[in-house]
Amino acid sequence: MIEFRMPSLGADMDDGVFVEWRVSPGEPVLRGQVACVVETQKGAIEVEIWDTGTMARLVAEPGQRIPVGRTMAIVAEPDEDWRAVAASPAALAASTATPPPAVAPSPIAVPPTVAGPPPAAPASTAAVSGAPPRPGLPPRASPAARRRAAELGVDLDALAAASAGAPINVADVERAAAAAAPPAATIPAVAPGTAAPAGAPAAAAAPVPGPEAAMRAAIAAAMTRSKREIPHYYLGSEIEVERALQWLEDFNASRPLAERVLFAALALRAVALALREVPDLNGQFVDGRFRRSEAIHVGVVTSLRGGGVVVPAVHDADRLTLPELMASLRDVVARARSGRLRSSDLADSTITLTNLGDLGVETVYGVIYPPQVALVGLGRVVSRAAVRDGAIVATRVVHATLSGDHRVTDGLSGARFLAALRARFDDPEAP
Amino acid sequence: MSIGSDEARRLLWQMVRIRRFEEKCAELYSAGHIRGFLHLYIGEEAIATGAMPELRDDDSILGTYREHGHALARGVPAGAIMAEMFGKREGCSGGRGGSMHLFDVSRRFFGGNAIVGGALPLSVGFALAEQMRGTDRVVACFFGEGAMAEGEFHESANLAALWKLPVLFLCENNLYAMGTALGRSQSNVDLCEKTHGYGMHALSVDGMDVLAVRDAMQRVVAAARRGEGPIFVEFRTYRFRAHSMFDPELYRDKAEVAEWRTRCPIERFVRTARERGWLDESDLAAIEREVAAEIDEAVAFAHAGTWEPLEELERDVYARAPAAPAARA
Amino acid sequence: MSATIRTTYREALRMGLREALARDERAFLMGEDVARYGGTYAVSKSLHGEFGEDRVRDTPLSESGFVGAGIGAAMNGMRPIVEVMTVNFSLLALDQIVNNAATLRHMSGGQIEVPVVIRMTTGAGRQLAAQHSHSFEVWYAHVPGLRVVAPATLADARGMLWTALQDPDPVVIFEHAMLLPMEGELDADAGPVDIDHAAVRRPGTDLSLITYGGSLHKCLEAAEVLAREGVDAEVLDLRTLRPLDVDAIVASVTKTRRALVVDEGWKTCSLAAEIMALIVEHAFYDLDAPLARVCSAEVPIPYPKHLEDAALPQVGRIVTAAREVLGR
Repeated sequence: MIEFRMPSLGADMDDGVFVEWRVSPGEPVLRGQVACVVETQKGAIEVEIWDTGTMARLVAEPGQRIPVGRTMAIVAEPDEDWRAVAASPAALAASTATPPPAVAPSPIAVPPTVAGPPPAAPASTAAVSGAPPRPGLPPRASPAARRRAAELGVDLDALAAASAGAPINVADVERAAAAAAPPAATIPAVAPGTAAPAGAPAAAAAPVPGPEAAMRAAIAAAMTRSKREIPHYYLGSEIEVERALQWLEDFNASRPLAERVLFAALALRAVALALREVPDLNGQFVDGRFRRSEAIHVGVVTSLRGGGVVVPAVHDADRLTLPELMASLRDVVARARSGRLRSSDLADSTITLTNLGDLGVETVYGVIYPPQVALVGLGRVVSRAAVRDGAIVATRVVHATLSGDHRVTDGLSGARFLAALRARFDDPEAP
Repeated sequence: MSIGSDEARRLLWQMVRIRRFEEKCAELYSAGHIRGFLHLYIGEEAIATGAMPELRDDDSILGTYREHGHALARGVPAGAIMAEMFGKREGCSGGRGGSMHLFDVSRRFFGGNAIVGGALPLSVGFALAEQMRGTDRVVACFFGEGAMAEGEFHESANLAALWKLPVLFLCENNLYAMGTALGRSQSNVDLCEKTHGYGMHALSVDGMDVLAVRDAMQRVVAAARRGEGPIFVEFRTYRFRAHSMFDPELYRDKAEVAEWRTRCPIERFVRTARERGWLDESDLAAIEREVAAEIDEAVAFAHAGTWEPLEELERDVYARAPAAPAARA
Repeated sequence: MSATIRTTYREALRMGLREALARDERAFLMGEDVARYGGTYAVSKSLHGEFGEDRVRDTPLSESGFVGAGIGAAMNGMRPIVEVMTVNFSLLALDQIVNNAATLRHMSGGQIEVPVVIRMTTGAGRQLAAQHSHSFEVWYAHVPGLRVVAPATLADARGMLWTALQDPDPVVIFEHAMLLPMEGELDADAGPVDIDHAAVRRPGTDLSLITYGGSLHKCLEAAEVLAREGVDAEVLDLRTLRPLDVDAIVASVTKTRRALVVDEGWKTCSLAAEIMALIVEHAFYDLDAPLARVCSAEVPIPYPKHLEDAALPQVGRIVTAAREVLGR
């Protein structure tokens, strides 16, 4: 059986409108014969068939717009019975199939790095990020960073030494200022209505941005830096939470309203406990190396009423009981929304959890907040059909994702974490 | 004129070979293995076939984007040409040129030019070099009649005639410059008369008659070699297919095409060869078989060819590639 | 230090031509009025008498034709020196240069060499008005496959030609019209020079003046003015415009931390823009001031002197721009 497909007659031809057949089923076709007419943007073109046989089944109809590669007719080979071919399941399948992929050179994937030195003039990227430190030379800091350093009284040389020569940008300067300054100093997200960050010299030349703009700028700086410096890898896993949700319902059934535990807290606990098993995801990447943290402080992405997000930490999330965790979560979210967070709330996270389930999102692949090395994403709980003991049952699942810093961990660690997370949801009571 | 069976066979084989090669290209283009532009020589085979054998190995040849036939007749291997059309590394231009840029310097086949008229000044330069070195080599420049509207033709004709250079200006007049008929493009459609104005010898030849082509070429090559200056030859011909693959031929009459097809150079030569007893039925069949096998092999060669690795993207731009700047310290 | 002779840029060019014709029998000069007339700028004066009709060849007014012929002759084993009277007329030959000379090596998979040298006079300053005052170096510097050089000193006028001629790739040489009568000292035994590197013509520490061709001497003069104000400017003569000597540019800017590019082309999409982009790519973190450029005003070059002077880069504008860069 031969499939006669819409040919590509030009570099810019994607499809053609079928006009008419010049052959009927049962008639012989010869290689090079005009089989049909197709209207293209340049005009009507007679299309040749390059096979010899008998026309078996016409698929294309006048007026149809047919993409290049789609089957227009089925032709029987010289030794085949054309009626049988026309009626065959293969012919039917071919008539409705989508066209095969266009012929293209196979090694089209771009190699991750160019092997050897490029023969001609250099690619542009070279110098900007990741160059080695240069003792004795002025620190590499962007003009904006220098200005901010002047505003905040940050010593650029010291900062450069601490950052091992990596180029310094505004976010780095602000973070350094925050570390050095008293609490609530330079964290713009904290208090709507607060004036210029403490530590800024009175004679700061540039106008200080409003708190919300400053927060946005800080987020932007952090996210940009994250994407620039952290090689992210992403893993996702669908986790059945039916048992956990039922357990929670039972748990909450006997409790007053004020003491009820939300799924968010359960999830938070599961994440914290799972993290114990994969400690390489818990810590901070500073000064070119990963510092594992003994304590597990989970940053919880919290949206603010005026817009923007803040990520306060729930400290020691693995050591608290579920009610304690719920209380802690409630407290920190409340303080976040009323602008009463402390610097320890913001600087201590060893991992971040973003739970967008309430917003209706099924899957979130998040951006890691430097200097952390991982971020866990949870989507909303959805009902699914599952097969259990040969029967179809309804179950609830949530899509959990892990964004990992590939400098510190790899998919194996990530997979172990997600497996551990699944185990925690399966057994919510386990210590 | 009389030629022997051997030569008759060779001429027919070459025309059939070019015809079948071009037909195969049309098929491969429709299947997506050849991309970009494809300009077929079908109908014009007699010109390349009759002309090439009259040139020496040390003569130079320049052509246009409709140059597959010329490359084949010059001896560029069919496999190398097909691989080039596929874009494979084993192509005659390393896969970098494609259909319109076939080059084979070892056979002094200098392409393959996609700018109409673009090779005319180059051929003047080639001939200038020969003259300065005192050789008797000639330069054959094939171009279409459309190029005669370009300033570059006139500058080249003037220069060649002025300096009496050994250039053969070989005009394949197929009556249409893409979609524009000769009469709508030239104030004077007598092409030979136009070149008389440059003081150049000019003659007009039936391009559908391979023997007439051969005969004319013998004469003009000899004259150019003798140092008689440039010569213009108009080969009257016709392309049976469209300008390129993506061309609905709105500009010409189907009846006209049909009429010219009756003057097919291959069929005509077969008739002549039969009448004169140079070839018979079995010779024809043998030629078709031989050609089919050669082309199948060429296609297989092209399919089996390799793609240049991406790392080599920037090669062959300069002989001495500029050094990359020192690593940023 | 060997003896020097006092001569002009024009005569230095002629010396280079004479050397090429004498040393390489494949070389020949071809262009409008290069032979009988002695060259429109008298560069090739007397060469026709010395080397004959064949080696110094007048062409008709057929830029596309004779530049293409030069390319063809180069493909076929000769070393032609094609003189296009000015860059203004080279536009007629742009197809041959861009579509043939620059591409043939690549399109043929490395089989074909095009060792042609194309010389053009360039630049403005003689009230020749819009069609005779172009600086199109950047158009040619844009094209892979071409090499582009701009001799701005006597030594370079004398020595770049031979090196360009021996290079297997097409080289376009821009000779600024205002430099032709420039007088100076030239080594008595001056010979071929390299065409791959820029040259620091005046070392300095406070600011890099980066330039080429006809603007070099304006920059040197500006540097003298600035020196009297306590500013030590470094002047970098690019010499090669394609490829640009990125290492030299970066070394200079890393040292001085400030750069001012002076380019006689129009500002928009200029060679100066390319240089500024390179500096940002390679030396961003060393900059202590924004990059700046002085180029021609966005106007076809006008005829009257005061307007022409105002349109082109001048010492005064360079000094003013330098002061701004230094924050004064």
